Amino acid sequence: MAGVLTTRISKIKFGIMSPDEIRKMSVTTIATTDVYDNDGLPIDGGVMDKRMGAIEPGEVCPVCGNTRDSCPGHFGHIELAKPVIHVSFVKYILMYLKTTCEVCGRIKIPEDERQEYLRLLRDLEDLGLVYLKKRFHEYIRKKASATTTCPHCGTASHKIKLDRPYTFYVQTDKGLRKLTPSEIRERLEKIPDEDVRLLGGDPREARPEWMILTVLPVPPRSVRPSITLETGIRSEDDLTHKLVDIVRVNNRLREHIESGAPSAIIEEEWELLQYHVATYIDNEVSGIPVAKHRSGKVLKGIAQRLKGKEGRFRGDLRGKRVDFSARTVVSPDPSLSINEVGVPEEIAKMLTVPEKVSSWNIDFLRKLVLNGPDKWPGANYVIRPDGRKISLKYVDRKVVAESLEPGFIVERHLLNGDIVLFNRQPSLHRISVMAHVVRVLPYKTLRLNPLVCPPYNADFDGDEMNLHVPQGEEARAEARILMLVEKHILTPRYGGPIIGGLQDYISGGYLLTVKSTILTKDRAAMILSASGYEGSLPEPAILKPREYWTGKQLVSLFLPKDFNYRRNSKIGSASVLRCLDEDCPHDSLVIVRNGILLEGVLDKASIGREEPESLMHWLIKDYGENYGRFFMDKVYKMFVRVCEMYGFTMSYDHLVLSDYARKSIENIINEELKEVDDLIKLYREGKLTPRPGKTLEESLEDEIIDTLSKKLLDKVADVITQYFKLTNPVVVMARTGARGNPVNLTQMSGLLGQQTVRGKRLTRGFHGRMLTHFKQGDIGADARGFIKSGFVNGLNPLELFFHAAAGREGLIDTAVRTSQSGYMQRRLINALQDLRVHYDGTVRTAMGEIVQLLYGEDGVDPMKSDHGKAVNIDRLIDRYAG
Amino acid sequence: MNGKINILEHELVPKHEVVPPEEAVDLLKKLGIEPWQLPWMSADDPVVKAIGAKPGDIVRIIRKSPTAGVFVAYRYVVVEVTKKS
Repeated sequence: MAGVLTTRISKIKFGIMSPDEIRKMSVTTIATTDVYDNDGLPIDGGVMDKRMGAIEPGEVCPVCGNTRDSCPGHFGHIELAKPVIHVSFVKYILMYLKTTCEVCGRIKIPEDERQEYLRLLRDLEDLGLVYLKKRFHEYIRKKASATTTCPHCGTASHKIKLDRPYTFYVQTDKGLRKLTPSEIRERLEKIPDEDVRLLGGDPREARPEWMILTVLPVPPRSVRPSITLETGIRSEDDLTHKLVDIVRVNNRLREHIESGAPSAIIEEEWELLQYHVATYIDNEVSGIPVAKHRSGKVLKGIAQRLKGKEGRFRGDLRGKRVDFSARTVVSPDPSLSINEVGVPEEIAKMLTVPEKVSSWNIDFLRKLVLNGPDKWPGANYVIRPDGRKISLKYVDRKVVAESLEPGFIVERHLLNGDIVLFNRQPSLHRISVMAHVVRVLPYKTLRLNPLVCPPYNADFDGDEMNLHVPQGEEARAEARILMLVEKHILTPRYGGPIIGGLQDYISGGYLLTVKSTILTKDRAAMILSASGYEGSLPEPAILKPREYWTGKQLVSLFLPKDFNYRRNSKIGSASVLRCLDEDCPHDSLVIVRNGILLEGVLDKASIGREEPESLMHWLIKDYGENYGRFFMDKVYKMFVRVCEMYGFTMSYDHLVLSDYARKSIENIINEELKEVDDLIKLYREGKLTPRPGKTLEESLEDEIIDTLSKKLLDKVADVITQYFKLTNPVVVMARTGARGNPVNLTQMSGLLGQQTVRGKRLTRGFHGRMLTHFKQGDIGADARGFIKSGFVNGLNPLELFFHAAAGREGLIDTAVRTSQSGYMQRRLINALQDLRVHYDGTVRTAMGEIVQLLYGEDGVDPMKSDHGKAVNIDRLIDRYAG
Repeated sequence: MNGKINILEHELVPKHEVVPPEEAVDLLKKLGIEPWQLPWMSADDPVVKAIGAKPGDIVRIIRKSPTAGVFVAYRYVVVEVTKKS
């Protein structure tokens, strides 16, 4: 790189501008409220005075002679008729007034002590003890403000009161007297430099009296440009408006003083000037009304330009906008590879990649240049070696294509196979930005394989995502080597796969590998064709009376020949379906030996996402991420095809229970309700024994909740499971982990049970009851949010209301959680962003300070670990001993 | 009760010891760092007082770690922890 920075900024010091400084840097004094004359030209001495910098195109600055591109802008100033307080400094003004004598202006500390402290301060500065110095100043301030008589001149000091934001009072014998800014300034002027230093100020950069403004700097025009609307009406910046207000009031105040107006009128105008100057600086000070436009829009003060997320610092300096990017709605396309992204042709024609012309690609690039900007694949610009950029929109492209020579750069359209970065906000993760390979497609949405939704946390209900095209060779190489999707299948959190089957992929995996699935030749071929498999079919598992293949055989075709695996499946997590060894009818123990799926069904525990130590996990660990991508691209497509062929669906009928089952559930409910009634009766009679540490009422509530939620739902679930077999698609989904869980089954076919808000039964609402449908003081199950029905039978209006009340709690929780975790994330990243693991394994800051002598204290990369451990012995034995 | 507790005997306080100067030089050389680049600990820290370390000393802390079993960490004893470089 040319022009490497060789100097280091060692220090930045902020100070307060003195009136002299402000006058010295000013090119003009602003004295008139008129801004433009009748011709629409800026008036000299107005707030848009030409001398404050050129902003119009073609305008030459009368001060520096530059045009608007190179004119830095120049400050003007307003001479204030009376001094006003700078609102941002009231805190310090108050401190200075409290700690110094009102007559002699010296710090209220005896001379001998003062000398001692000064010596101490010098020592502290020489040693560079910043924190101790801060404490030292605090101590002196406290001591000085506590002294009531000046040790230098013996004057008794009066109490100073601050009425925020900017009015000071002094407590005299006759009561409160207002201090004018002029008086305050006089007092501050009297403070000696040494005393300022003792109090923590720097008399060279920030004399206390400079905190009272006598001259107001007027920022250059380029800081507050006016915008011309289509109608030709000029609209001025908020700061300009505010400055006009200040000039107007300032002039009026001066006239009053010169004409010797009554002091009450002068006071009033002075106060108004103070208000305008305060809101000009900060329009969000508490205690005074915000300054508004005529339209009622709140004006932006200088502080508002800098503060907050959209302010100058966080919005403009730390966050910038980029070119070569695109954003639209995303939609799914399972036929794409997981590392591809579908880009609409329209977008591909806007985004370009600079490609250097060489003798190898000159013919290809000529063709692109001939196609031009409107025909894909084409090119938008040609950059000649002398740096001239030729737009292909308005030239004879044949001539340009002919003139193409090695060394030219062609900005060609995005083509298939290009590498791009794909991102979805909020980018909380490194996997929120991954590199994808471009596939230009028709229509208008960006498309991604549904398998990569989890890392982005994307769905297709209207989500939008961003796409960025790296422009340099290094950037493209980094993207390909470090950021490609398959490099991120394993999460750096614990090493398990974050990308993996979900929903239909799981159902399909189960349906394909379940024992009852036997496939004829044409069906097997159909499923295999979905994966793009080319090769011969294995020997059929069943030969007579016809040739049949099992689903397990088809999956085995894609497994490496030396792969061993043995683990329970998800369906085995239910006790009735658990397999303890190979000899088991439930088929819930997945066994792969020498690359053949011998036993067991594939479900969430084998092919699902975020399942550590699953089949997918071991495949990726042992055979690489490329193999992982291959497996997901090929085999997972078969799973979906199986779902389609099976016609996998669920309906109302799958959830309806027989009359007999319904009856027995009702009996269970009634039994429990009776138990609740008994509890209430016991409570009313005062015979209930309270739980330790709880009142009688609390104990009753706890007992009721225990009875109605846990106990009851478990009992009902036991009844229901007997009627739901693995032939029922709803059960298939719940058991394999594709979607839903057994509790949802109970909620649909059985009952919803007790609804709670913050772990308590529903109580709030009317006096002594939740709804007017109940008697006051009714604490029975029905009155406090117990729902007897399930979704199949439908809820009655009261139950629906209870359910909505409890459901709302979840929504509020998520809303609160996201904002809180977002802030935590910001704080953590600010604290950790510069830490880095060096080649010697140490974690260090940017300055080379050691944070950890060995990363994680064991030097293990969690992404390559097994749940944080460096090796998994069991797995190794499994793999090699079989 | 005499009001004095030896904090070094407490279960939650890992083993602290002052690194002898010769060893410290080797250690810093091995890590390729200046002493100030080590994490700091205040001279006012009760443990520092208990083991009698002085500002400028390097303290070795041998503690249990959930990831590595036993981990050895080092601290540089300084007067003022908040001051940087």
